[in-house]
Amino acid sequence: MAPPFEGIGASVRRKEDLRFISGHGHYTDDINRPGQVYAYFRRSDRPHAKIVSIDTKEAAAAPGVLAIYTAADLAAIGGLPCGWQIHNKDGSPMAEPKHPVLAEGRVRHVGDPIAVVIAETKQQAKDAAELLAIDFEDLPGVATVTDAVKPGAPQVHDGVANNVCYDWHIGDKAAVDAAFARAAHKVRLDLTNNRLIPNAMEPRAAIGEYDAATGDYTLYTTTQNPHVIRLLMCAFVLQLPEHKVRVVAPDVGGGFGSKIYHYAEEAVVTWAAAKLHRPIKWTAERSESFMSDAHGRDHVTTGELALDKDGKFIGLRVHTYANMGAYLSTFATAVPTYLSATLLAGTYTTPAIYGEVTAVFTNTVPVDAYRGAGRPETAYLIERLVDCAARETGIDRVEIRRRNFIPRSAFPYQTPVALQYDSGDYVATLDVAMKKADWAGFPARRAAAAAKGRLRGIGMSTYIEACGVAPSAVAGALGARAGLYEVANIRFNPTGSVTVFTGTHSHGQGHETTLAQLVTEQLGVPLAQVEVVHGDTAKIPFGMGTYGSRSLAVGGSAMVKAMDKIIAKGKKIAAHLLEADVRDIEFKDGKFTVAGTDKSKTIGEIAFTAYVPHNYPHEELEPGLEETAFYDPKNFTFPGGCHICEVEIDRDTGVVHVVNFTAVDDVGRVVNPMIVEGQVQGGVAQGIGQALLENAAYDASGQLVSGSFMDYTMPRADDLPSFHVATENTMCTHNPLGSKGCGEVGAIGSPPAVINAVVDALRDYGVRHVDMPATPAKIWSIMHAAAPKMAAE
Amino acid sequence: MPQVSLTVNGKPASAEVEARTLLVELLREKLGLTGTHVGCDTSQCGACVVHVDGMAVKSCTMLAVQADGAKVTTIEGLAAADGTLHPMQEMFREHHALQCGFCTPGMVMTAIDLVATHPDGLTEEQIRHGLEGNLCRCTGYHNIVKAIAAAWPLMHGKGMPAAAE
Ligand code: FES
Ligand code: FES
Repeated sequence: MAPPFEGIGASVRRKEDLRFISGHGHYTDDINRPGQVYAYFRRSDRPHAKIVSIDTKEAAAAPGVLAIYTAADLAAIGGLPCGWQIHNKDGSPMAEPKHPVLAEGRVRHVGDPIAVVIAETKQQAKDAAELLAIDFEDLPGVATVTDAVKPGAPQVHDGVANNVCYDWHIGDKAAVDAAFARAAHKVRLDLTNNRLIPNAMEPRAAIGEYDAATGDYTLYTTTQNPHVIRLLMCAFVLQLPEHKVRVVAPDVGGGFGSKIYHYAEEAVVTWAAAKLHRPIKWTAERSESFMSDAHGRDHVTTGELALDKDGKFIGLRVHTYANMGAYLSTFATAVPTYLSATLLAGTYTTPAIYGEVTAVFTNTVPVDAYRGAGRPETAYLIERLVDCAARETGIDRVEIRRRNFIPRSAFPYQTPVALQYDSGDYVATLDVAMKKADWAGFPARRAAAAAKGRLRGIGMSTYIEACGVAPSAVAGALGARAGLYEVANIRFNPTGSVTVFTGTHSHGQGHETTLAQLVTEQLGVPLAQVEVVHGDTAKIPFGMGTYGSRSLAVGGSAMVKAMDKIIAKGKKIAAHLLEADVRDIEFKDGKFTVAGTDKSKTIGEIAFTAYVPHNYPHEELEPGLEETAFYDPKNFTFPGGCHICEVEIDRDTGVVHVVNFTAVDDVGRVVNPMIVEGQVQGGVAQGIGQALLENAAYDASGQLVSGSFMDYTMPRADDLPSFHVATENTMCTHNPLGSKGCGEVGAIGSPPAVINAVVDALRDYGVRHVDMPATPAKIWSIMHAAAPKMAAE
Repeated sequence: MPQVSLTVNGKPASAEVEARTLLVELLREKLGLTGTHVGCDTSQCGACVVHVDGMAVKSCTMLAVQADGAKVTTIEGLAAADGTLHPMQEMFREHHALQCGFCTPGMVMTAIDLVATHPDGLTEEQIRHGLEGNLCRCTGYHNIVKAIAAAWPLMHGKGMPAAAE
């Protein structure tokens, strides 16, 4: 019997599942260290205030309390760094005020940590924290970007004029002005990309530990990128030598971006562990997550599209106000600029584009990358603008897209905003999606819904995004303060099994399976003989972690390179054993064969020989079979596709029901179709959440109003339909796998499809745009404010 | 401090707890059963669901002392002694109904209760409605719904469901 196919393209069931379905996952809060004590952070409950005094006396005397630290104790510690420096239009660098680990004399957002109490038990730490007597002097606060840039607005940081962090631009303003001057049609849209709270189901947690005998530190933390945390914490915050610090990211319960960043709590428990010589655990309560995990989105944007008389896009002008929150989180500054504005061409041939971004400080939680990070904002803007343009020019919305698509023959395609797309076929994904969604049959479904008193609408988006941020040299020139390569170490064990050490990190993506499939495919080792190790700086050479759908495209490519080296060495060993010329050795299906003969050695035999080198080419080769590769990508990858959403609106309640959702994405080479579909389904659910349900609400002063699951509407099972998900792929041309990435497409393509469908459903009400989230209250008021043509007739 | 004695996964257990100690804290911190998770502080995510005397209960919403004398089953107690998984666990794996796995223990415990209390059949709508108290941020629920539908015939002795698409 042939062994089951487990290589690239097989929907093998996940290796990691057994421990999760049986309750034996190992998440950070499941870890308990001998002698462990607990940290509790006292946070600001006000948006903006001066800290007049902190009296710790009563708290310090409370039972079980070991220590209380405030900013005064951390004087020798640096602030939390920002990893991407943006320059203003005039070339000067962005404003980069200090992001203190604990508030220094002033709190700037609800949730800003002020003090930490460390006690024998969690309850004792929490009880004592409530006894801290903190005297505040409230300052006026500001929550929205539009308020923050008004003259006379409260100033979040001294020395940052008008709260502006940077004022940046990209593209050719003169060319765009000229396009608008000769345009036959101009379309303008003002929109808000609503602020979101990531809410990975596992709250953040960290355990700091110090070994006084060796001087070694260990930090267990809920991160997507342990080496990055080690680098940032050691080099910028604690000034510790990296070789004395181990960062472990064990099983992590979802991240979606929010667990990329280096957070204050990680630094504090690590630092305090050395002071107290006790392991210190901190686990966020969900209410702390709401006010301390980096939020996402929060852009206020104006877009203008110029068209010629045939409906061809000739110019695009965009201005975005991006909310940074109170401090700069690790990658915050790159999100609205290099991860967003560089995609303003979308899937279209628009020849002239000019984008401006004003990044603004407010008294809110820092904002950073959340699933999609900048690309959802741009896809939403473009795909909404295109729908408006179709309506206003009278050209069908499918036709106007087809007329403007970058044709398949035009790749590689240089956009006017820096990026060069390598591959794609937007007509193909559109056609497949329309067929799957039965676009042609929609009018009948609409009529049937109308007969039942319901408003039915259909909408689409034909989006593009960019994954696997790269290359390092380009990113560096644009302000990135780190490299963006990935690392893989492939180690054969003497008896022929393989251990893969990857610098990427799995927090739900299924790397232990997908990455193992790459080994099965390339080296012919059965899946059960391959183990993927991730998430521990003591085991893995280095790595940049997992975000931006980079693990397969960048991390997988590093593995391919390392495996190429394994094969090259294996060929030399095989040539020696088989007494043949190395040029005559072929490798296929796990076997080294002398070409044209039946003389062969399995890779298992070669591995054994490498570790038991009795008969071995010692003059030429070292023993052992283990290779490491660093892969620096040559370009971004460009997944794209077509999402189609069909909604029904209840006239009485304004509730929008998603009744059909079809996603056809181009993600390049698919390794495990089951996992890819799961990634897309999860992303689509988050996108529908953004479009219909979720909103991080602040009052005007900066008080967080949606601070729990009671006020922040997470998508639940009965808010969503089952999805139709498929891929229609073109290969990435510049990485060895051809993979583009699938982690974010769902969250990027779906929000505009949903809102386009909602606006379509409301077409008889003369509605041109509905801001997200399209809540029942919003829809109901729209329906009642505008007397529908239908009703009047 | 009050003492609680209960049966957990078929074995007797007892511990000293504070009056305010939650059942989930007893399970995780005193009994070392970390398969039951905590995802919120407002009783809304369902990551903590266990069975108490056969009923699905959010263990963050019950005091440990209230469980005195009760029979509690957690995710760790579902598989047979020889390691054979419960059909719901099996179907979660088969249908890729988990990604990060954090919501999974609560989902599985809720799903078992849902199937058990619907011996006459379970529609997609009923499943989605029945999962109202459980949040998953990863899967979009699509495959969780499929897994539960597939587990229904197995749990009610109706044999294997149709193969997964
Ligand atoms: S922990 Fe969220 S409901 Fe129990
Ligand atoms: S699998 Fe991650 S929250 Fe459900």
